Amino acid sequence: MSINGEWHKSDFDLMADKNRQNSSNKHYRRLLKYSIITTTFVAIVPLIIMLVINYYQYRKAYLADIMYPISRQTSNISSSLESFINERRSALNLVIREKEYSELADKAELAVTFKNLKESFDGFVDISLINSDGDQAAYFGPYNLEGKNYKDQDWFHETCIKGSFVSDIFMGFRGMPHFVIAIYRENSNGSFYILRATIESDMLYHKILSQNQPVSSDAFILNQDQILQSPSKYHGNILEKSDIEVPPYSLQTEVIESQNNGTDIIIGYAYIKNTPFILIEITNPASIMSNWVSASNNLLGLVIVCIILMIIVIVWISRRMVSHVRHSDMKWMKMLSEISNTNKMASVGRLAAGVSHEINNPLAIISENAGMVLDIMSVTDEFQQKTKISKHLNSIIKAVDRCSNITHRLLGFAKRMDTKTEGIDILLLLKEVVGFDQSEAQNRNINIDITGGSDIMNIESDRGQLQQVFLNILNNALDAVKSGDTISVHIEQVGSKFIRVAVSDTGSGIPKADLERIFEPFYTTKKENGTGLGLSITYGIVIKLGGSMKVKSTQGEGTTFIVDLPIVNNQK
Amino acid sequence: MENIKVLLVDDEEEFADILSERLKNRGVTVHQARDGFEAIKMVKKEDYEAVILDFAMPGLDGIETLEVLLSKKPNLQVILLTGQATLEKGVQALKLGAMDVLEKPTDISKIMGKIKEAQTERMLIVSKEAQERIEDILKSKGW
Repeated sequence: MSINGEWHKSDFDLMADKNRQNSSNKHYRRLLKYSIITTTFVAIVPLIIMLVINYYQYRKAYLADIMYPISRQTSNISSSLESFINERRSALNLVIREKEYSELADKAELAVTFKNLKESFDGFVDISLINSDGDQAAYFGPYNLEGKNYKDQDWFHETCIKGSFVSDIFMGFRGMPHFVIAIYRENSNGSFYILRATIESDMLYHKILSQNQPVSSDAFILNQDQILQSPSKYHGNILEKSDIEVPPYSLQTEVIESQNNGTDIIIGYAYIKNTPFILIEITNPASIMSNWVSASNNLLGLVIVCIILMIIVIVWISRRMVSHVRHSDMKWMKMLSEISNTNKMASVGRLAAGVSHEINNPLAIISENAGMVLDIMSVTDEFQQKTKISKHLNSIIKAVDRCSNITHRLLGFAKRMDTKTEGIDILLLLKEVVGFDQSEAQNRNINIDITGGSDIMNIESDRGQLQQVFLNILNNALDAVKSGDTISVHIEQVGSKFIRVAVSDTGSGIPKADLERIFEPFYTTKKENGTGLGLSITYGIVIKLGGSMKVKSTQGEGTTFIVDLPIVNNQK
Repeated sequence: MENIKVLLVDDEEEFADILSERLKNRGVTVHQARDGFEAIKMVKKEDYEAVILDFAMPGLDGIETLEVLLSKKPNLQVILLTGQATLEKGVQALKLGAMDVLEKPTDISKIMGKIKEAQTERMLIVSKEAQERIEDILKSKGW
């Protein structure tokens, strides 16, 4: 069928649609991806930056918080240390200023002085007087060091230069750690002498270093050569080389962050004035900062949970958004395609209307000519080929019928266009339509009954289109019934909003398989006689008029088409 | 079939000629008109059992011609024959009083059927009119 040939184009349209759908799916997936990535980036990156900044700032503040007590503690210990040494140095200073060399050189006098010193200050072990030649002039103590010369020793020179000297710690009497304080004095005649005392450093450790020490911290003394001058908890024993490096020189107490064996430590330190000692206090921040670490871990956990939630929400919202966009795109596309469809239909309709008359007239001529020849032949004697010629002529007439069928249906297509709403008396309209088919019905001895509807008010609809709808249904019914059958048209109101027109025939019925496809365009059960357009056009019109259309059929009993139409048309 | 006189109005000469010949073969006397004006003139002059009228014609179209014809002779049986089967026009014609609307091309038997119908209808009308006239006469004579 030529018309089918033309409309096969829609198959290509379908394929194109599929391709379009695939690429548009890709498009929406990409949109979803971008949306998720962008939103996540915008939402999460500032959060992470804030988190990092916050982490460092908070850590700094926290460190400052914990450094202050360390600094105070270090300061306290260092001043205690300093005053311990200063007290003893001052005492010796007093002795050397109060007593003349001759007095101190007297061994008994030196012993008295030593006893006085020892009564006032703990830790004195011995005392000795050294003259300007470096010779030990007098000694009181547990060792026998009299006559020893110190002239070549460093401390002697340092004392001469600086006026006083404090030595490193050394193991002395009874294996106890000691240190030495030496004081220099010049006589009026230019000669000088040095008063030297050995002091036990043990009490330095017990009384000073261990005061108010938390378990996590370790206070000890280093000298410039990194040798421990006191025992330490974690960094070696006395007179061993410590693993803590000598911190840079400073006049006041300092607190620095450092690393020891891969762990973070905080070092508080102070150089003890006029001594070789450096007080070191080491704190392991992990224990102090555990609060902060757990707080920051909690915060981190919270942020991670937030980020996960955010991602979930972002994905969810993005999906929704994209599906919305897609939905409205689809709607838009559908509208566009409907518009283009309508335009296509309109052109088909215009074309059909224009061409139809032109085609139907020559068709009529062909038909009449063929009929004429048949007429002539019917009154002509038998001749060779007569039957064959008759057959071909009938075939011509049949083909003409098919053509005219198509042109008339195409005219019907044109009618699908714009709807004009007006008040319609449905009963009257149906009577008109039935009247249109009445002659054919009468010729074939078919009765068409209209029942009901007399009490139904006007409905709002399109007259021409309704005529088309019911004419199509009636024509179908007429095709389905045999001579002597009845077609009944029943009108009734359904609810308050719809009226129903049921057109029933007592024809052969429609098989179930056909029933499902009956409203599809170009689907026909009439083989060569149908275009497959009639019912699809009808269905389209009913839907367009805001109604619905159903078909019920039992094979062997007949078919009923049910058209529900709105009383008030909202489809304007 | 005797004395059936039909007026065929169609601007398509070839079609009209052949159709009228076929009708003649079936015992129908056929007169032809090429347009509405000619048809009106001929209907005025003569009585036809039926008028077969094309829809689309130059000058007066089928509907307009139908209106004029029926205004002159309300009982005239007009069969419209159209190649442009728009339903609205069909319904319009039926409403105006056309007997039926046939789609072009159509089967000769359909046309013949319509012509016979027209003849019967006309006979009914004529007899009815005659009866009415008789009744009128009887009434006026004071029966």
